[in-house]
Amino acid sequence: MTVMTTAPDKRDNAPILSVRDLKVHFPIPGKGLFAKDRPLKAVDGVDFDLYPGETLGVVGESGCGKSTLGRAILQLIAPSGGQVAWLGKNIVGIPHRDMQPLRRDLQIIFQDPLASLNPRMTIGEIIAEPLVTHKPELGKDEIKTRVKRMMARVGLLPQMINRYPHEFSGGQCQRIGIARAMILEPKLIVCDEPVSALDVSIQAQIVNLLQELQREFDLSLIFISHDLSIVRHICHRIMVLYLGNVMELADRDSIYANPKHPYTKALISAVPIPDPEIERNKERIVLTGDLPSPLSPPSGCVFRTRCPFAQEKCATDVPTIDRVSETQEVACHFHNSI
Amino acid sequence: MMNKSEKTALLQSASAAKEIEGRSLWRDARIRLFRNKAAVGSMIILGIITLLAIIAPLLSPYAYDQIDWGYIQEGPNWENGHIFGTDGNGRDLFIRVLYGARVSLAVGLLATAVSLIIGVTYGAIAGYFGGKIDSIMMRFVDVLYSLPFMFFVIMLMVVFGRNIFLIFVALGAVEWLTMARIVRGQTLSLRRREFIEAAHATGVSNFKIIFRHVIPNVLGPVIVYMTLTIPQVILTESFLSFLGLGVQEPLTSWGVLISEGAKVIEASTWMLIYPAVFLALTLFCFNFIGDGLRDALDPKDR
Amino acid sequence: MTTNHILTVENLSTRFQTPDGEVEAVNNVNFHIDPGETLGVVGESGSGKTQIFLSLMGLLAKNGTSTGSVRYKDKEILNLRPRELNKIRGVSMSMIFQDPMTSLNPYLKISRQMTEVLVEHRGMSEAEALKRAIAMLDRVGIPGAAQRVHMYPHEFSGGMRQRVMIAMALLCDPEVLIADEPTTALDVTVQAQILDLLRDLQTDFNTATVMITHDLGVVAGLCDRVMVMYGGRVVETGTVRDIFYDSHHPYTEGLLKSMPRIDRANEDNMFAIPGQPPNLQNLPTGCAYQERCGYVMDRCCQERPLLKDFGDGRASACFREDGQ
Ligand SMILES: Nc1ncnc2c1ncn2[C@@H]1O[C@H](COP(=O)(O)OP(=O)(O)O)[C@@H](O)[C@H]1O
Ligand SMILES: Nc1ncnc2c1ncn2[C@@H]1O[C@H](COP(=O)(O)OP(=O)(O)O)[C@@H](O)[C@H]1O
Ligand code: SF4
Ligand code: SF4
Ligand SMILES: [Mg+2]
Ligand SMILES: [Mg+2]
Repeated sequence: MTVMTTAPDKRDNAPILSVRDLKVHFPIPGKGLFAKDRPLKAVDGVDFDLYPGETLGVVGESGCGKSTLGRAILQLIAPSGGQVAWLGKNIVGIPHRDMQPLRRDLQIIFQDPLASLNPRMTIGEIIAEPLVTHKPELGKDEIKTRVKRMMARVGLLPQMINRYPHEFSGGQCQRIGIARAMILEPKLIVCDEPVSALDVSIQAQIVNLLQELQREFDLSLIFISHDLSIVRHICHRIMVLYLGNVMELADRDSIYANPKHPYTKALISAVPIPDPEIERNKERIVLTGDLPSPLSPPSGCVFRTRCPFAQEKCATDVPTIDRVSETQEVACHFHNSI
Repeated sequence: MMNKSEKTALLQSASAAKEIEGRSLWRDARIRLFRNKAAVGSMIILGIITLLAIIAPLLSPYAYDQIDWGYIQEGPNWENGHIFGTDGNGRDLFIRVLYGARVSLAVGLLATAVSLIIGVTYGAIAGYFGGKIDSIMMRFVDVLYSLPFMFFVIMLMVVFGRNIFLIFVALGAVEWLTMARIVRGQTLSLRRREFIEAAHATGVSNFKIIFRHVIPNVLGPVIVYMTLTIPQVILTESFLSFLGLGVQEPLTSWGVLISEGAKVIEASTWMLIYPAVFLALTLFCFNFIGDGLRDALDPKDR
Repeated sequence: MTTNHILTVENLSTRFQTPDGEVEAVNNVNFHIDPGETLGVVGESGSGKTQIFLSLMGLLAKNGTSTGSVRYKDKEILNLRPRELNKIRGVSMSMIFQDPMTSLNPYLKISRQMTEVLVEHRGMSEAEALKRAIAMLDRVGIPGAAQRVHMYPHEFSGGMRQRVMIAMALLCDPEVLIADEPTTALDVTVQAQILDLLRDLQTDFNTATVMITHDLGVVAGLCDRVMVMYGGRVVETGTVRDIFYDSHHPYTEGLLKSMPRIDRANEDNMFAIPGQPPNLQNLPTGCAYQERCGYVMDRCCQERPLLKDFGDGRASACFREDGQ
């Protein structure tokens, strides 16, 4: 079975989600008695559009703000600035009452499959919760029918409806999480590292399931991951984050065939390839050092402390995001010369 | 790979199958608890004591306030039916110990129930909302904590007079503080868990999140603490009675009986021993049950 | 048979007693390690990788017991008394874990934790030991080692902590270094640094290394030989080339095919091994992989395939080899 993973045609459609200059700054209490709070800039000015049926990958090292970005989009964390336009209307700071009905179209799947399920509820109750919340008029029997149908759809045996999460393996728990997210047939799911905690053989099952659901329901996905190989498989476009800033945003083929940003290059070259010949002979860009503290990010280009190509200008000027082609944007002063 | 029709066929046959009963964590815990011999033994003993207390009037020819002029402060004697002996007023000690059990157990259970309802709700709300709400609510708890408890009780007694109902209220009002702190701590860590976030993301109301997701998951430590609160309350009541602030004559509690027995310990040991044994036994039982529950509910460290 | 193996493991089985019954986490495992080589141990989580090595280091949980034989050079070390074992573990054989904090004492300075071993096992003076500790930290790439040696574990980042662990493990020049998923919790960029370091150290010290991992990419870059585990059993062993270019066992094949690859554009569905990993408490009779295997035959469900030797250290446990 061959399936198309190419991006849906954007020109015909308006973006389903537009994020502009989104910022999340956490106030961190200063040291000392009268010290002022210092802002931890977890997400610091992110822009992107997402189209119906599209998957946007968000990659970067842990602590770079991927989860915070996902939650800020869903208004689970109040953004400190910027806009999130859902179907053309800004949802940052709108009253709880107005946000509530929108939630049926916005769902989330988590990394830890077991922790994302209430251990005291049966999986039937867990999957039904969104339905009970948004469509209480359906009545018990109809809800149960729909839950069973969805369980079957995600590959769970419907007669397991009365079982509890701890009676399932990690992969099955992730299917339960997906069923809960899908039961209202949402338009967008934020997947926060949905396969990172799973075994390789199970990862593929879940990725396939997400792709099937995406095609069937014309879902948009924001796929957060630190695994660039999985991202290459499932995403249409990819955004590389570093310390809360976008380093590169491009469609899949451009970014893997021709990464422009030094950080993207390093990330891609660091991923081990399961082939001894290739793995042992490939060229690599090895980054030195660790991620700097997000409390005191480097001046200029935030990546400069680890960038093998950094020059004086990088310490003083913040690079702007340049569009290098129809499908590729990069934030580096020297992307043309390196 | 399966094709679609195969898949649907499989699923249809599957959905026709009977639903399988799940094994809830509560059921698992119950099974583990019933494997614990000390806990089971304790439950049986407590059950017997409770039963005796309930059917007390049927067990003795004497009433708890009936004075047997022939036998004042006499030792245990099977022939005349005073199997635990009599007290200084010639009242049968056996029936008085059982009536004492009624009061002591009732105080323990009711005061704990009061503390449970207030403490769990209060703690869950404070922990769940966090931030300023949490600070204000927990400062209030701190203030109550720092009030001298005895002073509080004596004041109530002075204003309202001695009254068993007041003892429930006073004890419950104090015990809920610790309960609230425990629940708040648990809730604070639960709040960060993904399943709560998932509920938020779907738009489940705060009220429902607290009662459906938070409270069932803090119940484990709460139940364990409850089994430790009951004996504590019983002891406090005994202590109040010892000071003369407890139940009023001719009603009695284990604390009152022990305090009376202690006064005549040299002349009539039985007056101290019988109520003391009952009290100690009860306290031990609750502790064993508490330990058993803790192991049953938290099987990680086996 | 030559006995220049450093470590020889024969018929190792490890069982755990649990309230819900017995778990056979390691089932009749045989392998050996030669000087200077790197052995990769791969398999899904719960396949018994860690427990093999905890058993031979004498670090099993209280409810676990091991049977079989483990020889360090010529000395039997399985189920040795802790006092005897301490002469070997941490000295001739060291182990590092996924989470360095499990083996670092959070309340002691790194200097204390490092010198202690040297003073005890090498009879060094405090000053000598400190010098060696600093040199070792320097060797594993900790900048400013002379100052940082006096810091506490929590003052290091995740990657640095793993370096400290490696330095500690190498302090006494062990002959075997067992690395249990040392990079699983790290970011790819830091993982690449640690893997580079391990490769370097291997050329410098010629330590035999066991690399436990679930990432076939890591194995491809680092290992000489590979042992594939499934359901507590070894299902295939061979050189890294054997395993990657000519695997015999259906599980190895499935694992390789289901690995997403960064160097390939893929327009198809991913290959997925169907079903779930086996429950060790309740393994089926016969082959543990039968429920997920595309080649399953009647025989697979009745008897258990034994590891069949093809020579050159090549072995696979599957009936398909002699069947067709
Ligand atoms: N509630 C919070 N309060 C303060 N800092 C936070 C909070 N949540 C996340 N952070 C910080 O924000 C940064 C980004 O975190 P996160 O979005 O979780 O990263 P990622 O998902 O990419 O690993 C990290 O430095 C983290 O410590
Ligand atoms: N103390 C224990 N009690 C019972 N079972 C255990 C214990 N420790 C490990 N196990 C079981 O042993 C099996 C193998 O574990 P392990 O070797 O840690 O797997 P991995 O391959 O992920 O390293 C697991 O299925 C686990 O459930
Ligand atoms: S702007 Fe400078 S420091 Fe930043 S990535 Fe480009 S070259 Fe490196
Ligand atoms: S023995 Fe049978 S079931 Fe097991 S791997 Fe071989 S073919 Fe598959
Ligand atoms: Mg995250
Ligand atoms: Mg392991």
